[in-house]
Amino acid sequence: MTETVRDTQAQIIESLRKLLKKPATLGPTTNIVKDLQLDSLAVMDFIMSLEDQFEIVIPLDRVAEVETLGDLALVVDELRGRK
Amino acid sequence: MSILSKFAPLRQTYDQLRSVGQNPFEMVFEGMLSSTEGMYRGRKTILLGTNNYLGLTFDEACIEESVAAVRAHGTGTTGSRIANGSYGTHRTLEKSLAKFFNREHCMVFSTGYQANLGMLSTLAGKGDYLLLDSDSHASIYDGARLGHAEVVRFRHNDPDDLHKRLKRLANEPGQKLVVVEGIYSMLGDVAPLREFAEVKREMGAWLMVDEAHSLGVLGDNGRGLAEEAGVEADCDFIVGTFSKSLGSVGGFCVSNVEDFDILRVACRPYMFTASLPPSVMASTIMALRRMQEEPQRRKRLHENAERLYYGLRNLGFAVGPQCSPIVSVAVADAPLAVEFWNRLLEGGLYLNLALPPATPTPAPLLRSSISAVHTPAQIDRAVQLFEAVGRQLGVLPPLVNTTARKRVSTPISAPPLAEVAMLASGGIR
Repeated sequence: MTETVRDTQAQIIESLRKLLKKPATLGPTTNIVKDLQLDSLAVMDFIMSLEDQFEIVIPLDRVAEVETLGDLALVVDELRGRK
Repeated sequence: MSILSKFAPLRQTYDQLRSVGQNPFEMVFEGMLSSTEGMYRGRKTILLGTNNYLGLTFDEACIEESVAAVRAHGTGTTGSRIANGSYGTHRTLEKSLAKFFNREHCMVFSTGYQANLGMLSTLAGKGDYLLLDSDSHASIYDGARLGHAEVVRFRHNDPDDLHKRLKRLANEPGQKLVVVEGIYSMLGDVAPLREFAEVKREMGAWLMVDEAHSLGVLGDNGRGLAEEAGVEADCDFIVGTFSKSLGSVGGFCVSNVEDFDILRVACRPYMFTASLPPSVMASTIMALRRMQEEPQRRKRLHENAERLYYGLRNLGFAVGPQCSPIVSVAVADAPLAVEFWNRLLEGGLYLNLALPPATPTPAPLLRSSISAVHTPAQIDRAVQLFEAVGRQLGVLPPLVNTTARKRVSTPISAPPLAEVAMLASGGIR
């Protein structure tokens, strides 16, 4: 994992922690849907807030391939690099 | 392991839902008595969840046209327009709609769902961007999934948020198509279309408005929100359905965009499905005429909507942000919503139960849609029934009246179900 991915992941985890009502152990292998019990709508709204946080566009088809927080960090990091 | 095992969690939720009482997603009516009443389990039931905004499903003229068409042209077209050819009625329907909307072009689809599926998947291609309101209907999301464009969501009814997201895409070469709805089907809230049109103009995007729930409902001539907001020139594509105000089934798209007709050989959900049967098109053409000839239906629709919306709001129910023919009451959780819905049905009132994630927020909704032909008495009965069930289930606080205050020792109990049923049949009034 590169330095920028690690940094992106830390920022995503911090935002997610604020969103979740219950405390949870969050790491690169955390499954966003199964472990956090977020429904599809909540996940899509979280993606929208990440777009604002990082000033990027995350098309929905890129979200489809995401399962874990690690996957999400890779996608966000790649899109950040493209800016 | 069955191929359907993946649905085990859904099965569990669904079975729980059914165990409470009637199945809200598999209602079978024995018959329809009118646009606002049906027979359910042997009793007359008020229909308050059928999107029959103008009440044209039993219009004599529409029925006559439909009967004449089935006699003249048969029961169905038995195939698609590109294979079996079009009937004169397809053309007449398209011309009538184009004329009504003052547009050059019109394509009709076999359902409203397919109109969105077809237009979204075909208009925006690879390298293009679709910008969807986050509360968009399933047909819009599905159309986006069927196509090859990049899909971006913006915050519901928020033109500034759309502006921000379009700005991020300013240097991307693809076309950008913004999609909004006139009236949103779950809460009945209306899009700030004038502001969206401004953003669209400034950012050089295309704009599509889905007038499914606003055709015949908004605008001086019933052309929908684009007419009401005075921004028809900015709306490049208008899509809609025949299955609400026009009382039949089918969908359409009208536009002034040059070379629109090329879509007839590019749009797969148009090309590869059986076309509308003549009887359906005939009643739709007549309904479109009736809608224009009788603007008083629209006036009555809004009066009825106000009667229901303020009736429920004044009782303390959590209704949507603005009054429209869609009136939804939010309740705390799914079990309560299911119980509430069942008790309304037992009382003789049918409406829609909407559960998350089909709802914009985690709150389940008891969704009503009002019709121009509901009588004030039917609406008042619905409000009374809502109140009675609301107090029984603790959604509303118990009634504290002067008699109750005097007799402090007597606990105020919720009215029994029998009383609710009497209210519904008008027995008490």
